[in-house]
Amino acid sequence: MSYKFFPHTDDDIRSMLSTCGERSLEDLYKDIPNELVLHRDYDIPEALSEIELRKCFDQLGAMNTSLACFIGAGCYDHYSPSVIDSILSRSEFLTSYTPYQAEISQGTLQYIFEYQSMMTELTGMEVSNASMYDGCTATAEAMMMAVANAKKRNKVLVSETINPIVLRVVDTYAKFHGIEVERIAAKDGVTCRADFEAKIAKGDVAGVIVAAPNFYGIVEDYTGWADLCHDNKALFIMNCNASSLGVLKTPAEWGADIAVGDGQSLGIPMNFGGPFVGYLCTSKKLIRKMPGRIVGATKDMDGKRTFVLTLQAREQHIRREKATSNICSNQSLMALYVTIYMALMGKQGLREVNEMSYSNAHYLADKLLETGKFEMAYPGKPFLHEFAVKVKGDIDALQQGMLDKAQAQFGLKLDGDTLLLCATETLSKEEIDNAVKVCNSLL
Amino acid sequence: MNNVYYGKLIFELSKEGRRGYSLPENKLNNYKLADMPEALMRQRELDLPQVDELTVVRHYTNMSNNNFGVDTGFYPLGSCTMKYNPKINEEMCHHYAFTRLHPLQNENTVQGALKLYYELQNMLSELSGLSEFTLNPFAGAHGELTGLMVMRTYHASRGDNKRTKVIIPDSAHGTNPASAAVCGLDVVVVKSRPDGTVDVEDLKPLLNDEIAGMMMTNPNTLGIFEHNIAEIASLVHEAGGLMYYDGANLNPMLGMCRPGDLGFDIMHINLHKTFSTPHGGGGPGDGPVGVRAGLEDFLPNPHVVKDGDRYTLTFNDKSLGSVSGFVGNYGVIMRAYAYIRTIGKENMRMVGPLAVLNANYIKESLKDCFELPIGGVCKHEFVFDGLKDKSTGVTTLDVAKRLLDYGFHAPTIYFPLLFHEALMIEPTENESKETLDGFIEVMRTIAREAKEQPDMVKSAPHTTPVRRLDDTQAALHPVVNYAELKLEN
Amino acid sequence: MSKIVEGLYYSESHEYVKVEGNFGFIGITDYAQKELGNVVYVDMPEVDDEVAAEEEFGAVESVKAASDLLSPVSGTVVEVNEALEDEPGLINKDAFENWIIKVELSDKAELDNLMNAEAYKAFIGE
Repeated sequence: MSYKFFPHTDDDIRSMLSTCGERSLEDLYKDIPNELVLHRDYDIPEALSEIELRKCFDQLGAMNTSLACFIGAGCYDHYSPSVIDSILSRSEFLTSYTPYQAEISQGTLQYIFEYQSMMTELTGMEVSNASMYDGCTATAEAMMMAVANAKKRNKVLVSETINPIVLRVVDTYAKFHGIEVERIAAKDGVTCRADFEAKIAKGDVAGVIVAAPNFYGIVEDYTGWADLCHDNKALFIMNCNASSLGVLKTPAEWGADIAVGDGQSLGIPMNFGGPFVGYLCTSKKLIRKMPGRIVGATKDMDGKRTFVLTLQAREQHIRREKATSNICSNQSLMALYVTIYMALMGKQGLREVNEMSYSNAHYLADKLLETGKFEMAYPGKPFLHEFAVKVKGDIDALQQGMLDKAQAQFGLKLDGDTLLLCATETLSKEEIDNAVKVCNSLL
Repeated sequence: MNNVYYGKLIFELSKEGRRGYSLPENKLNNYKLADMPEALMRQRELDLPQVDELTVVRHYTNMSNNNFGVDTGFYPLGSCTMKYNPKINEEMCHHYAFTRLHPLQNENTVQGALKLYYELQNMLSELSGLSEFTLNPFAGAHGELTGLMVMRTYHASRGDNKRTKVIIPDSAHGTNPASAAVCGLDVVVVKSRPDGTVDVEDLKPLLNDEIAGMMMTNPNTLGIFEHNIAEIASLVHEAGGLMYYDGANLNPMLGMCRPGDLGFDIMHINLHKTFSTPHGGGGPGDGPVGVRAGLEDFLPNPHVVKDGDRYTLTFNDKSLGSVSGFVGNYGVIMRAYAYIRTIGKENMRMVGPLAVLNANYIKESLKDCFELPIGGVCKHEFVFDGLKDKSTGVTTLDVAKRLLDYGFHAPTIYFPLLFHEALMIEPTENESKETLDGFIEVMRTIAREAKEQPDMVKSAPHTTPVRRLDDTQAALHPVVNYAELKLEN
Repeated sequence: MSKIVEGLYYSESHEYVKVEGNFGFIGITDYAQKELGNVVYVDMPEVDDEVAAEEEFGAVESVKAASDLLSPVSGTVVEVNEALEDEPGLINKDAFENWIIKVELSDKAELDNLMNAEAYKAFIGE
């Protein structure tokens, strides 16, 4: 027996068994009742060499098609600088674990501190945790935070204009955690203010969750919402597209208590849906209610600036069932991803990305309207890089045609005749022109 | 080499006007953000660093030199299964035919991605002796939560709404009770016997028609196989409950034993432990959840199924709901698939036995210097209760810090809580006898130093990039971002 | 040796009550603060909250541990020690001077279920 991941020679095994006072490897399992032991090989394929494994992935890959991306809906095709993957592949980052031993984990601790600093800068909030799984679960955690903060209230209001993919996770967590979720109705593609005012006035609400931009790409006006929440002792929670915060009004500027969302739009490849990174930022007074890990600055014995996991006594390994959350890990490596992204892009880059996405999306919308076969689903509403259109024709046939003739994923079909489209900076004018031309020919 | 010049925060390297990116020219610049209503736009200037590309590369490269990973050296962190993360997995998960896929694009264009996903579901089912897996949960704790949701959904589907409690051993990891609380279940604690295994007599009176199920880790957090597992499972089943297997300690079972064959109904697997995906400084991992036949419908949406020759995503009304936006940490799933295909059936059966051999070898070689509270054969890990000779006051923390000076990562310390000075060691199957001998020698040296030079051990580490930190000050007065740090100075 | 103050009432979970008229000052004992180490945070209830005997009313945290606070008596919180918000380490300096909450007692008979100084001394084995 010899295999590349097992360094043991037959002599090693004999000598080590002898130290243990055992005769065979099977003897190490003698405490397990024999009828519970598996007495056969697994029914899985035989081992592949690297040559064979590469062919295996090539074959699987050949069954996929990479497409021009006119779809968003929670996952965005943004530019991803080459530097990032190169640094992430450094095994000192890749193969380490949670930085329990701070003295040999300053690399991880420092980049999490930088991540927290950048996320607070981006959202305008006072504190950020060390990251979460994704935007959906981060939103669910924010909801649970609001309920824990309110103590005796367990109702949360959630706008109908939030991405339904986020809502189904929020609803699932709520169902099991014993939280009553009530929808705030949508009207003309935006959250209905009157419905919100009526529901918050009942005084039994722990938190209110809205989205910016919303699922239809619309940038809603939340003027006065935070005050109404606070007057009624509820937390105002905003789920924001991370990249857009480079240019759009920040959750802090709207008066939010918690900002959450997915960091994927900060350059993380779409990668069939993961891994991404969730962010959760809040005010300093809510820091102890915040789930997940937090890194703080301190000094070592020699007075040198260092970083360390802090406020750990809130967490599951100490508080068990009384912890703020069951989260153990953070999405560290992906937090590093967005940290390097923001370092490279800076304020100017983030602005340019948003500017180009805005230009592309608005150009696409104008060109589609010019064909006379599309109209805006919510005309006059401001949008950034995503928008909904009504299609005069068969959407399924249009999308299939775009696949076949333009190698494009042309939006996400919503109910009936509505199509949700997206354009980011990765599309060129030529690609947009071509897509519009093919669309025109298909309808 | 670590260059002192780079020991700064990225913000401190910023200079107005520098940039680290390039984008194509915006040919459509007649469409301007400035046309958006001013009231919807960011007011405060965004103060991110402005740095050139090489500065960014050097900054993070130098930071990485302050880190210790599995590739750096032996990482015997108990309960974390820090096994080798094969390089080929990284190459495969960056395959260009996968990284550009949008999770909502037409199913016909992602058949390869779905096939890989479906095949991994099936391989995990076979390896664990269960019927069906979802790969959606993002981490071990997330898998626990999802598994408990399956448990509650099962009881609810039978109209059995009284079952609001879950039994958890006192030796369990803190995540178990925390996950139960998030899932809306009350925790009932069952005691351990002196040998560290669940006390069956203590369990019996806890069982009634309010029990949704029981969570167990087997081998448990002491590295001891719960030999009464068949009896425990049958008692819980008789009481109408389901058995949940926390897969944190699945590694020693590979090749020898399957949770499904032990009577477990629901389990999660940590792909980042058992199936070699990198821990990434804390994540991303992935926590697939498997269930016994009859519970498949309750798994989260969406679910990947095979319909004839075609792979498809389905949504099931009986499902617990959704726990993730899409289908989990797909990049992690690709790595685990690459690992299992690389290991194959012929090597998989050696994983557990070699991990167990390594653990027992360290335990037997050190038990004269360190206090071994529970003897006998362990599985993949074991716990010492500090030094055998505690007369000089050298604690487990000191031993852990001194290990860093010798180039080893420390074991897990002060867990499990059953012992005051717990030191939990897990070597994995990938470590050679020479590595283990080196570790054993250093541990013996530290035991000697604890007697002869206790102050030196108590002030360790001495050779690391930084020394012991003031974590009391960090907690008393949290400084958690650069803006706050600037105010401090 | 831990400090123990005569005339107070003690619980098995290491809280004390100092009774003044109808009011009780509740804190943790010197023994408890030593076991816990440097206190970095005290989670306290709000004024007007009800507390019940043997039920949790808050928690004290050190860097790597947390301990629930169980009320030795029932009543209504009339004051919380706000000094602990800024300086939780006061508990380490003098646990008996730095009470955590002041409660209006609803049932003085509950005090009979608690230990006196001598019994508590024996209980902690000192």
